[in-house]
Amino acid sequence: MTGEAAVRVRVDRDRCCGSGNCVVTAPEVFDQGDEDGLVLLRFAEPAPDVVDRVRRAVYLCPAGAIVLDDPPPRATRG
Amino acid sequence: MTVAPLTDLPLWPPINLDRDPLVPLDAAERHRFSGPVTRVRLPTDTAAWLVTRHADVRQLLRHPDFSADLTRPGFPLLRRLTPAAFGSRQGGFIRMDGAEHSRLRRMLTAEFMIKNVRRIEPLIRQTVDRALDGLRDAGPPADLVTHFALPVPSMVICHLLGVPYADHDFFQERSRTLIDRDAPPERVQRHAQELRDYLHRLVETKVAAGDRSDDLLSRLARDRVDTGELAVDELVGMAVLLLIAGHETTANMIGLSTLLLLRHPARYAALGEDPGHADGLVDELLRYLSIVRSGLPRLALADVEIGGQLIRAGEGAIGVLSLANRDPGAFDRADEFDPYRQAQQHVAFGFGVHQCIGQPLARAELRIALVELVRRFPRLRRADTDGRLPARDASVVFGLEALPVTW
Repeated sequence: MTGEAAVRVRVDRDRCCGSGNCVVTAPEVFDQGDEDGLVLLRFAEPAPDVVDRVRRAVYLCPAGAIVLDDPPPRATRG
Repeated sequence: MTVAPLTDLPLWPPINLDRDPLVPLDAAERHRFSGPVTRVRLPTDTAAWLVTRHADVRQLLRHPDFSADLTRPGFPLLRRLTPAAFGSRQGGFIRMDGAEHSRLRRMLTAEFMIKNVRRIEPLIRQTVDRALDGLRDAGPPADLVTHFALPVPSMVICHLLGVPYADHDFFQERSRTLIDRDAPPERVQRHAQELRDYLHRLVETKVAAGDRSDDLLSRLARDRVDTGELAVDELVGMAVLLLIAGHETTANMIGLSTLLLLRHPARYAALGEDPGHADGLVDELLRYLSIVRSGLPRLALADVEIGGQLIRAGEGAIGVLSLANRDPGAFDRADEFDPYRQAQQHVAFGFGVHQCIGQPLARAELRIALVELVRRFPRLRRADTDGRLPARDASVVFGLEALPVTW
């Protein structure tokens, strides 16, 4: 998979309800704000070995506040 | 389409005093209720849709067109309420929707996030140790619920909120009434008012004193009430909610978890040898025991299809957490207790924006309580092995009344 474009994570702080499931599941990628407890993104492009846990965080998020954008398939070279 | 008369519908939640406390529903009840969305009759003689599959419960509880506001006409109530109960909802954000809900919830999210709970772990440990001293001094034999399961979360939440633990008899009796589906509505109303009055006096004192204490209610009084952001009555409603949710739930989980582990002595011993697997064990206990057994009621605000069933605007639905957590579509060998499985996707804390705000605290309390119990009482066993343990069948939060143990 080396050389492939990385997946990108987006978080929606307006939707976030601060349950903290993402921080438990993938602490390398997610954090919570000290003041408001809402989601913060540490890395928008998680390392390949963390991606499975980020997918799990997406599934576990009760508010649907995390989105994972898979890279567009690369155009075949002509 | 013909509509079945209300009396032909099965009653939810079913009454069954012979059920094993570790089993949310017995086999016949499972057969009747699990699977696709079905129509049931509630104790308030209204009909509602029963949603039991894991994916369906997730969809229901996350859907913005389902309301948690029980003051809306047609809301599926599991018990009758007095009209006054509808008026005293202030601050009780568990029963609010949208912006009204998130405004209050967001004043608390940082308080209960995992990094702050880690900071108070020494306090939890200390509380657990002290309660275990109490258990030791009371027996053997002794009642584990009275001497351990209940005091631990109760002392912790009192400390966090700044509520005197010395008053625990008063607020424990009242919170128990508030979650008892069989309590007469007038008694519920009176106890709710007494609890509000008690916390109102406490909050007023904190506001008036310009209290510099570092407990949660003092801080909210300073940072939110003094600034005009939050009304005193709202803070009181939030305090009621946190006080009840903060001890009834964890207390019942500690009691039931101990009963379960004592039935599997090898598992009990394993926790002492390998406390590292306690985190996984805690999630499996939450899944397997699912103490909010009557489910979470919601009202449809628009026509929505859940699990292939059209639920029309104005109709009620109940999301059954305990059945979702035993759904074979979501968990392999769902009826088996397996502390080594991946159980994190359980919905014991609910789902959607109302998902339990105190879950990091609940997990930490349960983990520390069980690990320390096994460490200090490696030979713990039940003092009575025959007969049914008294349980709170009619409570919104299921649990044991008592668990006699010896060592």
